[in-house]
Amino acid sequence: MPAIPRNRVTLLPLAPLLTLAVLLVPVGAGLAGVLAPAFGWFPALGGESLSLGPWRALLAWPGLPDAVWLSLFTGLGATAVSLLITVMICAAWQGTRSFGLIERALSPLLSVPHAAAAFGLAFLIAPSGWIARGLSPWATGWERPPDLLITQDPLGLSLMAGLVVKEVPFLLLMTLAALGQVPARRSVLLAQTMGYGRMAGWVLTVFPRLYVQIRLPVYAVLAYSCSVIDVALILGPTRPSTLAVQVLEWLSDPDLGLRFQAAAGAVLQLGLILGVLLLWRLGEHVVARLGCACVRMGHRMARDGAMRALAMALALIMALAVGLGILGLAVWSVAGFWTFPDLLPDQFTWRNWARQGDGLARIAVETAVIGAVATGISLILTVACLEAEYRHGLRPSTRALWLLYLPLIVPQATFLIGLQTLAIGTGWTGARAAVIASHVIFVLPYVFLSLSDPWRSWDARQGLVAASLGAGAERVLWRVRLPMLLRPVLVAAAVGFAVSVGQYLPTLLIGMGRVSTLTTEAVALSSGGDRRLIGVYALSQTVLPLLGFALALALPAVVFRNRRGVLDRG
Amino acid sequence: MIARLTALVALAAGLALPAFAEPDPKDWDAVLEEARGQTVYWNAWGGDPRTNDYIAWAGQQVKDNFGVTLEHVKLSDTATAVSTVVSEKAAGQTTGGSIDLIWINGANFAAMKENGLLFGPWSEDIPNWALVDPEENPALIEDFTVPVEGLEVPWSMARVVFYYDSARVAAPPRTMLEFLDWTQANPGRFTYPQPPDFLGTTFLKQALLELVTDRDPLYAPVEEANYETVTAPLWEYITALTPGLWREGKAYPQNGPAQRQLMADGEIDIAISFSPGEASAAIANFELPDTVRSMVLDGGTIGNASFLAIPFNANAKAGAMVVANYLMSVEAQLHKQDAAVMGTPTVLSMGKLSAEDAARFAALDLGVATLSPADLGPALPEPHPSWMQRIAADWEARFGVAQ
Repeated sequence: MPAIPRNRVTLLPLAPLLTLAVLLVPVGAGLAGVLAPAFGWFPALGGESLSLGPWRALLAWPGLPDAVWLSLFTGLGATAVSLLITVMICAAWQGTRSFGLIERALSPLLSVPHAAAAFGLAFLIAPSGWIARGLSPWATGWERPPDLLITQDPLGLSLMAGLVVKEVPFLLLMTLAALGQVPARRSVLLAQTMGYGRMAGWVLTVFPRLYVQIRLPVYAVLAYSCSVIDVALILGPTRPSTLAVQVLEWLSDPDLGLRFQAAAGAVLQLGLILGVLLLWRLGEHVVARLGCACVRMGHRMARDGAMRALAMALALIMALAVGLGILGLAVWSVAGFWTFPDLLPDQFTWRNWARQGDGLARIAVETAVIGAVATGISLILTVACLEAEYRHGLRPSTRALWLLYLPLIVPQATFLIGLQTLAIGTGWTGARAAVIASHVIFVLPYVFLSLSDPWRSWDARQGLVAASLGAGAERVLWRVRLPMLLRPVLVAAAVGFAVSVGQYLPTLLIGMGRVSTLTTEAVALSSGGDRRLIGVYALSQTVLPLLGFALALALPAVVFRNRRGVLDRG
Repeated sequence: MIARLTALVALAAGLALPAFAEPDPKDWDAVLEEARGQTVYWNAWGGDPRTNDYIAWAGQQVKDNFGVTLEHVKLSDTATAVSTVVSEKAAGQTTGGSIDLIWINGANFAAMKENGLLFGPWSEDIPNWALVDPEENPALIEDFTVPVEGLEVPWSMARVVFYYDSARVAAPPRTMLEFLDWTQANPGRFTYPQPPDFLGTTFLKQALLELVTDRDPLYAPVEEANYETVTAPLWEYITALTPGLWREGKAYPQNGPAQRQLMADGEIDIAISFSPGEASAAIANFELPDTVRSMVLDGGTIGNASFLAIPFNANAKAGAMVVANYLMSVEAQLHKQDAAVMGTPTVLSMGKLSAEDAARFAALDLGVATLSPADLGPALPEPHPSWMQRIAADWEARFGVAQ
């Protein structure tokens, strides 16, 4: 038995505490920074006594009911539709050759930043967009764009669409990572031998076990959809906009007094998200009951051909929508003058790229370094926590797990202002290291989210076998567990990297504007509304995470080309 | 006792360390010396590539001439910089702040001034202040009627203009009332950015200035006026205008650039702008068709100045002054007014320049869609910023939330 260095044995049990501290101290400080002004306390702006004034001001805002309703409707709607589509796709096609096609078509979408996908989609579906241009004037007779309300629709349907095309790939990836731990193929086969259709068999036998593993990702999607800002700004309605957008607007209003109202709004937003999560949780029970009732009724639902075709069609439409949207942005990035109803620009030019030149390359490297280090730290902490849980039985309680997801649930905009105040107080701002640390707060939960369930579902008997052959705990980790879990580990890293690349507010606020990444540049430039520049940065912003995901998918296949069983136990 | 002791120690430390003293622009040589080697973080809106290029050019100039390194911190919203200074103040950071220079004006300036977040007075003591003439151009010392009092220096002039596609609009409306007729004849072809966006609110103010019988109340704080009576004609006008707007007023572009994109996509035919050179710049940038032209309203349009301010806790105040002074120089102003660079009007007074320098300004090519200074007509001063906030909030309650 190889000697185990003592210090590792003694340090490992501290990993969960350390991890929670890394997440909770900043979030706690940020929350204090929200709660105090929400009740009137913010001495720098003259708020030196506690009061309910900010809440009165918030309630007096005439748009409040509509904004709250819009946040609820689009958040719940986008999550439910995303999950439904994910389940349909998996139920209909998992384990078939076509599933590989869907996987290949949808997984690149993960690397497309939300804002880029939203810009692309907006350009596709707007009355002056690419679809209308393709049909005009020969089919529609439109010489000029029709005056139709498509994006910014009052119900937020285009906002929901923008969220769904991004969340389905994420949920699908989470599902794929978890599927390795569920004997799906055998279960569906068994159900089919009992006469169930493929989809019904999958939903009734695989989904219940799978959902337990992807529950937290679903909650993260739900919280994100309710508080999203960039997508809502691009596709969402404005009279009024969602609560999250409105809070940010108050926060950036020249009237500094509105910051109190913004803080109250942010606290309301937090309550809203907690309420929505509770509602969803209740919904889970209802769906579970319905499922059981369905099983008892005994319908086999064998004729699911149309549903399967629909699932395939939905997957392809989503891939096509984002793909065409990005292609549209790519064309814009090299476009000269281009107006309605021309399908393509009058002339093409590299000027938009040339103008960015060296700066773009430098910023891309900076972004990659920040993302890689933040992901590395998150991965180490996550694996240490999970391994401590395995070796020392330090399984976090459900409550502790919830704490882990606080950074994803508390609305970013406001908690970060509080965090910035803390960071300034400690003098730790404006440096790359500080930005990396702030990214870890958001990357870590996603890495944990992606990795914990596959990690826990790993068959511990493999470890017992290795131990009986004389391997110590370290050796089991490095030689058996990590190799077997290579795919989920890399996928988690790729997700984390993409999350880091996409961070806007933490980079801006903690970096004090002195650390530029592709996303801060993209957002600053997109405030100028020039689709050519948006195209340049959206593409650059997409390429980096795309490389990460390509590695995550390709590497295991290369490493284990002679031992495919390691990767596929389904 | 302890407090008194601390105060004494602080006083002693202050006396013992004159290096901590603020730079004094009256002793410009000392400022230049202190600035050499400093890095100035200039927080400025980064949404316009031409402005970004200009700032990069200016950075090279101050580096070569004064040894000052200029870093452009690109913002999507100036309020972010205001937030940063507020956070620094909240955290007790009174020196070594992260922002040295902010591009600012109007309500953001009023808010920062009111909350004691600005350094100064300094602006009227820098050398190139001699090249401006506040008597000729009062916008340089009154930012939205709020007295500047030496807390910021002007570096650019702005004027409300409208740009329209002359291929689609033969005779653009010349007054706000003509706009009403025009939108009724051409429904869905005009809109304005959604207030509280500053450009959208500017449209409301421009309309208000035309519609009121007496403008005087607009130049005092809104609390001192009979708000309902003064603004009644405005709301009547906007109510009549709304059904003829783009999307029947059910949606609005969020800001000026989004509005320009609608123009580029052919969704609207006329748009409001705060930059007389915007249309020419956008044509040069392939964003707008070369048939676009600019125009102003009969009776004048709102004009103001863009300023540079130094936060109270800035780290490189001397460097920031050197940069600001350079941006007010003949060379920098001339470069900026060139249509191929930015095309924005200068803050300098031709009467204060040498005949040679004035001739260089007169010889500039302004661009195909830019009005000459004479064609821009009279500039109307900005109303007091409290009007802007009240009107924006009122618009939001009346038109900004679904009925």
